[in-house]
Amino acid sequence: MTQEKGVETPGPQRRLSPRELERFNERVLPYLDSAHNLARYLLRDAHDAEDAVQDAFLRAIRHFEGFRGVDGRAWLLTIVRNTCLTRLRNRRGSAESVEFDEEIHTVEESHQGPEVDLERRAATQSVREGLDRLPVEFREVVVLRELEGMSYKEIAQISGVPIGTVMSRLARGRKQLLLTLQPSEPKENR
Amino acid sequence: MRCDEVLESLSAFQDDELDPLRSREIGQHLEGCVDCIDALDRMKELGGRLRAEAPYYPASDSLRARVAQAAWSGASGGRVVGRRMGFVVPRWIGAAAALLVVMGGAWIFASLQRGAGLGSTEAEVVSSHIRSLMASHLTDVASTDQHTVKPWFNGKLDFSPPVTDLSASGYPLIGGRLDYVQGRPVAALVYQRRKHWINVFTWPDERAANSEAPARTRQGYHVIRETHDGTVYWIVSDLNPNELFVFARLLVPGGAR
Repeated sequence: MTQEKGVETPGPQRRLSPRELERFNERVLPYLDSAHNLARYLLRDAHDAEDAVQDAFLRAIRHFEGFRGVDGRAWLLTIVRNTCLTRLRNRRGSAESVEFDEEIHTVEESHQGPEVDLERRAATQSVREGLDRLPVEFREVVVLRELEGMSYKEIAQISGVPIGTVMSRLARGRKQLLLTLQPSEPKENR
Repeated sequence: MRCDEVLESLSAFQDDELDPLRSREIGQHLEGCVDCIDALDRMKELGGRLRAEAPYYPASDSLRARVAQAAWSGASGGRVVGRRMGFVVPRWIGAAAALLVVMGGAWIFASLQRGAGLGSTEAEVVSSHIRSLMASHLTDVASTDQHTVKPWFNGKLDFSPPVTDLSASGYPLIGGRLDYVQGRPVAALVYQRRKHWINVFTWPDERAANSEAPARTRQGYHVIRETHDGTVYWIVSDLNPNELFVFARLLVPGGAR
């Protein structure tokens, strides 16, 4: 039952009170896009990412009393990140992982029309592939830093590691990206 | 400071995440070292390239709707449907499916009739909502005081509608009017959220079980149906679903389940 992998056993359903719902809509819901973007990069699969985000939100709702702070984004992304890593671990155990690499590197269904500049599209694809090829613990810090603009402290909270580890993972992730993205660079330079 | 030490810290230096002392040391080194400046430039360029060229994946509308629904009801608004479904098919599923077909026939027939009823009620409340806005006939009794609105219905309806003032929560009561839904007189209560009007159609139905229906969109209006303690509520508005959920929760605090 692949479908159930990584899904936390559903606890008792909980309904948010009107106050909580309002707070949830204000503090947590606005970060749905960040949540999905992170899940998409961690799992490298569109369908899995949607599934994981939905699970993560159900968990967030169930544990909303635990949300004390003001930073809904870091709180939500922590849950999303953990949900995704659980899924990755489960996936690794299944036969699926064999074809996995194949899956990543096929050209993405692109919702951009043919009128979109081909060169730009190629650039986007090479950056995406570069990110996809990073080990997941590097990929996560790079996405949180470069695409979400988060501080090391926030990233440390989300990934559950010390700030020093965030620092070194980010440095190594960038180093690797500089190496893999090198080939298309001359084109960029004017 | 040696170049290899500097290079190691460039990433954090660029992010302004080093302690001030170390940051100053690196700054000083950079003033006189072309190679390290080069490395810093490349790293900055990488950041720019990632932000400009890495695809950003926002959530789909359907995911957004499911998540908002889940926040409201505490339950998932349906699973993600896709290729992962039905990967492993247990052996008993054939027999179960056959049984379902037989039982389903009867059930579908029953629910089609019921569904048709709900669908037409939904159509009715939406047109009624639109009419109330068009004809400047929003309220028969315009008052923000629940103690004025509630008694107004006396003698006009064979029930006393639940009227709550929610202005403290940002959803002030505007008034009420008499309306007709499914051929019976019902109470229409009007609330406001900023520039948005909310019509609540309510009437008693002793037979109805407690339930709630996800927000549906019809002609651009969102519709929520709740049944609680023998009272039916149809809530219609062009307000965004998230706030409409909050409103529904305030209006029917017990809610379903």
